[in-house]
Amino acid sequence: MSDSVPKQSLADSPARVYKVDGPFWGALKRDLLLSYRRKSDLVNPLIFFLMVATLFPLGVSPDPTFLADVAPGVVWVAALLATLLSMDSLFRSDFEDGTLEQILLSPQPLYMVVLAKVLAHWMLTGLPLTILAPVLGVMLFLPADGMWGLVLSLLLGTPTLSLVGAIGAALTVGLRKGGVLISLLVLPLYIPLLIFGSAAVQGAVTGLPLGGYLAILGAMLSLGLVMAPLAIGAALRISVSG
Amino acid sequence: MAEKKWLPRWFYQLASPRWCYEFTGKLLPLFVIAAVLLLGIGTVWALAFAPADYQQGNSFRIIYIHVPSSILAQSCYMLMAVAGAIGLIWKMKVADMVAKCCAPIGASIAVLSLATGAIWGKPTWGSWWVWDARLTSMLILFFLYLGIIALNSAIESERTAAQSTAVLALVGLVNIPIIKYSVDWWNTLHQPATFKLTERPAMPAEMWVPLLVMVIGFYCFFAVAMMLRLRNEIIQRERRSSWVRDMITG
Repeated sequence: MSDSVPKQSLADSPARVYKVDGPFWGALKRDLLLSYRRKSDLVNPLIFFLMVATLFPLGVSPDPTFLADVAPGVVWVAALLATLLSMDSLFRSDFEDGTLEQILLSPQPLYMVVLAKVLAHWMLTGLPLTILAPVLGVMLFLPADGMWGLVLSLLLGTPTLSLVGAIGAALTVGLRKGGVLISLLVLPLYIPLLIFGSAAVQGAVTGLPLGGYLAILGAMLSLGLVMAPLAIGAALRISVSG
Repeated sequence: MAEKKWLPRWFYQLASPRWCYEFTGKLLPLFVIAAVLLLGIGTVWALAFAPADYQQGNSFRIIYIHVPSSILAQSCYMLMAVAGAIGLIWKMKVADMVAKCCAPIGASIAVLSLATGAIWGKPTWGSWWVWDARLTSMLILFFLYLGIIALNSAIESERTAAQSTAVLALVGLVNIPIIKYSVDWWNTLHQPATFKLTERPAMPAEMWVPLLVMVIGFYCFFAVAMMLRLRNEIIQRERRSSWVRDMITG
């Protein structure tokens, strides 16, 4: 924001947040456009997702009944790791070219910008992973009853994975070797999601009602949506000033 | 500033590293004596005089290490998060140092809790480890400690490291109620909490009084370990200030 912006327009900036040219949509459009220009990066987490799931039949056992038993956990672990690997780049390029500093200095609400960035990340990793998951389910002989559970649990779970992972990314963005460190910081926080996510798929396979599991995943997502952008914002300020 | 001070003067003075160093120097001998006495009395009482459990026999006696270490591992995390928040909000150097010193102590106590739990699990449940909510959430606590130690050592600047770990510790705080209530929310193999503020313990007094002695003894031991680390940290960080030089050169 330049100095010529009158004070009044800053005062009513919360209303601008929801306009198409506000900070939320601006950041979202920018991140989506940047990823669109580098399409190869988009596919990498998906390829990784497929490859990790391939390792289990080859490494453990190709027996269909065994694979059907472990499929919920395997797909969830693969989705979790794919999200984790894509996390490091979330703020990295913005940090390196100075954009992040400008975002922090701007009078726009950081909460909204951060939320938009995480949403863009989810749209480019979590959402495609969710759409791809039934293919993996078929490869791992997941019973057809479990498919809806798989898609719904990932749909509610992957945004939380992105939100929590972004905290780790924001804490390590100033470090040269953040990759492994992010996993150490974020994986303990991913465990509850994994437990309830794969339990939801197991429940769907055995014909149990899904409502309870999905409600817990939804509760985690709500908590994440409200609290995580605050933590991400604080972590970014610390990382950039440090 | 005519603001009313709610806390005694010495509490505010703790914000100064020098005062904190001198204050903990005075407190340290008291806590050493208390820890040695309580842990000594508690151990002898627990191992030799407390009655054996009617089902588990003598193997239950590991409770006198397991319960205090589990309680302490969680308290230590809370202290770390609170100290981290104080450091983050009021930018107090001493709070940063306290938070930093908590992590290694907490991690080792969490290991002690997990290890004694495994040793206790073998004769009573028939296996060293079960994937039960209480055990898993305690393991997550241990992982959180490790993550915080890793983050702290990865960042060069002391100030940034303290702030970053404080944010992480606050985020990880969501795990504490999960550990606490895991035995109530899920049907677990692990038995419910031994001590509650609202109820009398479910065991006879001859059993829980030595346990209480051990818990208080563990807290005193933690205070000793904490103060030793803190004093070390203060001297290391303030090594360029004149009072540390004067103290060392005499």
